[in-house]
Parts: sequence; C-alpha cells; structure tokens
Amino acid sequence: MIMASQIMRRLLRSQQANSPARVSSLLLGRTFSTESNPIVATLFPGDGIGPEIAESVKQVFRAADVPIEWEEHYVGKEIDPRTQSFLTWESLESVRRNKVGLKGPMATPIGKGHRSLNLTLRKELNLYANVRPCYSLPGYKTRYDDVDLVTIRENTEGEYSGLEHQVVRGVVESIKIITRQASLRVAEYAFHYATAHGRARVSAIHKANIMQKTDGLFLKCCREVAEKYPEITYEEVVIDNCCMMLVKNPALFDVLVMPNLYGDIISDLCAGLIGGLGLTPSCNIGEGGIALAEAVHGSAPDIAGKNMANPTALLLSAVTMLRHLELHDKADRIQEAILKTIAEGKYRTGDLGGTSTTTEFTKAICDNL
Amino acid sequence: MARRTLPILKQLCARSPSLSPGLGSTRSVTYMPRPGDGAPRPVTLIAGDGIGPLVTGAVEQVMDAMHAPVYFERFECNGEMKSVPPEVMDSIKKNKVCLKGGLMTPVGGGVSSLNVQLRKELDLFASLVICFNLPGLPTRHENVDIVVIRENTEGEYAGLEHEVVPGVVESLKVITKFCSERVAKYAFEYAYLNNRKTVTAVHKANIMKLADGLFLESCREVASNYPSIKYNEIIVDNCCMQLVSKPEQFDVMVTPNLYGNLVANTAAGIAGGTGVMPGGNVGADHAIFEQGASAGNVGNQKLVEQKKANPVALLLSSAMMLRHLQFPSFADRLETAVKRVISEGKFMTKDLGGTSTTQEVVDAVIANLD
Repeated sequence: MIMASQIMRRLLRSQQANSPARVSSLLLGRTFSTESNPIVATLFPGDGIGPEIAESVKQVFRAADVPIEWEEHYVGKEIDPRTQSFLTWESLESVRRNKVGLKGPMATPIGKGHRSLNLTLRKELNLYANVRPCYSLPGYKTRYDDVDLVTIRENTEGEYSGLEHQVVRGVVESIKIITRQASLRVAEYAFHYATAHGRARVSAIHKANIMQKTDGLFLKCCREVAEKYPEITYEEVVIDNCCMMLVKNPALFDVLVMPNLYGDIISDLCAGLIGGLGLTPSCNIGEGGIALAEAVHGSAPDIAGKNMANPTALLLSAVTMLRHLELHDKADRIQEAILKTIAEGKYRTGDLGGTSTTTEFTKAICDNL
Repeated sequence: MARRTLPILKQLCARSPSLSPGLGSTRSVTYMPRPGDGAPRPVTLIAGDGIGPLVTGAVEQVMDAMHAPVYFERFECNGEMKSVPPEVMDSIKKNKVCLKGGLMTPVGGGVSSLNVQLRKELDLFASLVICFNLPGLPTRHENVDIVVIRENTEGEYAGLEHEVVPGVVESLKVITKFCSERVAKYAFEYAYLNNRKTVTAVHKANIMKLADGLFLESCREVASNYPSIKYNEIIVDNCCMQLVSKPEQFDVMVTPNLYGNLVANTAAGIAGGTGVMPGGNVGADHAIFEQGASAGNVGNQKLVEQKKANPVALLLSSAMMLRHLQFPSFADRLETAVKRVISEGKFMTKDLGGTSTTQEVVDAVIANLD
C-alpha cells in the first residue's frame, strides 16, 4: 500500500518536473509545490529531545499552512549491512528522493564496526557544503548584538579526510587534501547563496601565507568563481585576522566561505557569538540539490521527555530548509514569529532563562504567526 | 625640547591623588642582584615592515628614558626577503635575545614565511601569548586571564605540500612525540612557576585521532608529573565557542600549531585586541619577543602614514624581555607605567577607541615612569 502511493507520488512529480522551471531550480534540481501537491520532506526526529522538538516543528508548520508533508524515519536498532551504520537504506533513499530533509539531534551509538551517523549521511548523500546563518536574536541578549553573517564550510575534504598514519614510533602524519573540484563546488554554492539571499559580500578565509599550495588552490578557485559574479564584493581574509575581527566586530562580515577545518572552528565561534548551539540553524547541501537541515546541538538525554527542550534551533533550521525551497514568504512569517516570541520574553524555555515548556513556547509561536 | 617638557609639566601638574594604590610603584623588597648583573646586555632589534619601525622606535625611546641596561643592535629585515640574512641570524645566536617588530608574509607567493624560518632555525618551540583585561580598557568580556602556549615548529606549519595531480594538492601535518612533549612540559612548568591552577589542552582528536591523539597522550603524561595542577582537554571548536561566551574558565592553554594561532588570536581579541597583548617565542637557548597575536599582520598603510600604531603590545613584550634578561625592577617599572597610561585612558590609539598617535602614547608612558 505504502509502496503504491510512493510510486504514484514519484510519477506525479516526474510529470511536474517537465514544466518550465527557473534557472536556479535547474541548478538545484528540484520541483515546486502546488496547493494540491505538497512537497514531501524526510524527517529524522532523532534521539533524546528530538521527537519533542520535531513535534514542535510539525505544529508550527501546520499552523502556518506550509505545503510540506513529512516522511518520518528513525534510526534503526541494528546495523544495516547496506549502509554499514544504524541508518537504514530506506532512510537514505527517502532523502535522495525527496531532496529535502530535516534532522534532529542523533546520539551516536558507541561501539565499533559501524560508521558514525553524520559520516554516513555526509558520504552517502554527498553533502558538500554546511551553511550556518548566524544572526543575533533580538531579545536574547549576548555580548554581541549586531551579528548577521552566514558561514559556508566545505564539508568533504580538507583536514578531515581521515588519512593519518604513524611514520615511525612517535611521529604521526595527517594529510590535508584540497581539490579543485571540491573548492569550486563550494565556492559556486557560496556565491549562488549570496545572490539568492541578497548578500553583498563574500569573504574567503584561508591561511595561504603559510599553507601556500593547499589554501592557495582554494583561493584560486574562489577567485575564479568571484569573476562570474561581479556584483558581489569578494575579499580574502587570513584566518587569524578573521578570528580577531569576529570577536571585536562581527558586523564586518557577511558571507564567509572556508575549507573544512577553519569552517568547523569559525562556524562554532559564530554560534557562540549569538548564544550557542541551541539557537543556531544549520543546513547541509548535497549534490543534485539535496538540502538536509539539521539541529547541531546534542540530544540532551537528561531533559528528554520532560517538555523542557528548546525547539528554536530545529525551527530555524526548518526555516532555512524553506528558504532553500524558495518558500520565502512562509519562511519569513515563521522566522518573524519565532523572533517575536523570543523578543517578547514571556514564553522562553529554560536554557534562555525562562520557565516555559516546549508546548507553551510552540503555542506562543503559532499565536504570533 | 618643548616636546619633552610638556609631558613633564603635565606630570607635575596632573599627578593626582586619585591614582589607585594598586598601580603605584611597587618596589620589590626582596630583590638582590649578583655583582655584575647590571652590565648592559646586547639585544638584536629587527624593525620589520609596516608598523614595525614605528613600534620598535617606541620601545627604543622608552628604554632610553629608563636608562635600561640594554643596547640594541639594529638590523634591516623585511618580509620580501627570501630568507633571513645570515648576519641577523648570527647576531641573534650571539645575543640570544631578540626584539622583533612584524615581518609580513606575502600571501600565496613562493616565499616561505620569515617568521616561521626564524622559529625553526632557532628552535623556538613555544610561543606565548598573554591575554588579560587591562584595567581601564573597556571590553565585552571580563575576567580574562589566559596564557596560550602554542607549539611553534611542526604541526600544520611543517611546510610540506605538493601537488599530486593538477587540481589535487596535499599538505602534511606532522606531529611528533618529541615536540609535543617538550611544549607540554614547558606549559606545565610555566603554570607551576607562575602559580597557575589549570592547564587545558586544545585538540581535535575526535577527527584527527592519530595526530592530535599523540599530542594529547604527551600532555597527559606530563600532567601526571604535576599532580597539583588541574589538567583538562577541550575540542577546538567548543573551545572557541567557550572563549566568546565564558572566557573566565580558561587559565593556561597548550595547543598544537594551527589551533594555537586561532585560539591565541581569539583570546587576544576578546581581551582587548592585538594592539595590547604581549607575547614571545622561546626555545632552549634563544628568545624572540614580539607583539603577542597577529602573526604577519603588520597593520595597514594608513596606520603607518598617520603614525597611529599601538605600541603597548611591544612595550609589554619588552617588559617580558627585561624580565627574561633578569632585570625585574626595570620590567616592573615599565609594566606599571604602561598600565597607568591605559587606566587613565587619556592617551589611547585608534584600536582602543582613542585618537592619539604612537608618539603621544610613548610620551605618556615615559612621563609615567618612576
């Protein structure tokens, strides 16, 4: 029964794909929704507080009339031999088919003989760019009030290739790989993102004065792509200057594009500027236009099931997903409702200094829509 | 002549009783030099590029005013050179102490960084950056008192890169037990000698299991020799996040090369900026003192032209140098004078929110020397 409806849906969507589409959707390879034909998105609620905050997202989307239908998948209890991890083949196929997904926090099971869940997703879906929009939440005061930047991090190679070996006892080598193909890919996405979201400046972060060939190649690729987008200002900043400028004056930056390791550190630094991982949205972009939005915080097993979790990160990630789908008006409405609720300060969860429950917070957002 | 009398007049008129007692001159009552300790010591001085000549000139003026027992052997060296000139190297090897402005490293060119070359040849294996809140300097973060000790010779800065095929480049990050152990030993020794309570190792061993794993192993071994010092480990991205939200939890941090660069610059940024943080590179036999953070950033052209570079960092580094040369009284006087100038807040350069030029700050420091 389920198989039949899936085949039907696939047929319907392939028919729709033949209709004229804009250039950007060709680049990202997806279809549009109509009132009668909602977009199907995969949802991984995850572990710990995952199911509660996923429920929040579903509620808010229902209240906002977002034309999305959720296909829920859970992490399995045994290792699936086809994927070498706890994520089943069906789950991955679902994301490949739907091209959009939302992932809650997943606790990595301890043990050997399987790949980590994040690594499986990244390799199987070829998720090459990690996008984190960081903006100060009005009403939640941190030391920085004027943060409004986006970090785009290359997610497949660089220092995280995992190629290490011991040369002799006490001497270890770790190999950092930069390829033209991956750098071009992430630079293309960065400039495309800047154009699509009205951003004026893209900064490439590097350490090419020391690592001349590797980061030099990354910079060369960024420069090539920058030439194709003359209306966007392009600059290059050495990473130690970037760190310094970020903590002194984050308003100096707009879109940042970086290789893997620097991206990891800088995106977490920016998350710290706005209030931590519990409030930061994140989205992974894959080949063929796949977008998997995720909440980057942990699964918080200690407050699981107690209706205390803060759904902001997952909600803002879902908003990022909507923007990727070009449902900008819905995305704006939901984002405004979230920011308004936090700014008002009447309903805030424990980690923001309030006493509301998850359900109260969600209801306040729905009311503010 | 008028330039020197004005600050003296100001000092005579404006020596207000509102100076907090903590910043008053504190002559140590327990200092006994050995006979001959006062003999003048030669120090190699590399002015460098950009704001380098400006700030090293400031140090020379202050040393002159204090009649400190150091004399400088000046050498010309700039970032465009292919390698450090041999006479500079010989001078440093003879004097064992050097004070450096900034040496610029051109991006992407075929020239290897002169800073890195100096560190490798002289085997300066530890680089310190001391980040602390200066009283009188408003920052977003309070209670910052962090010392970042960074391994200075290997890691990602080994310089071993090659193109495998066109479009694919590899860079080798090398971690050895020998280097990790000696920097860990230095860090714990520093904590022990300076009455510091905690040493934190910064790493990314969840991803780079062998390389950073080896670094952590060395740190843990050394930690077991110092049971009175608390030791903990933190992943580098979490570390940066904690630095911007709760910097008071960190005390001494020991890191491999690249992370140390980032962490030191972040910590310097939250505590007041590169213009005020002192630092130095130290090895078994030699020491080079320079501005703490901002490797290779020698300021922009406008700063040089308007002569508005901040000399505080290099002045504090030269106080470190005086202490290293075992002239603690001069070091104390210089440190106190600089702190007084900052806390009064009248003469501050642009990066600290003021409008003074370098020369005005130097004059203020000289005026505040006692």
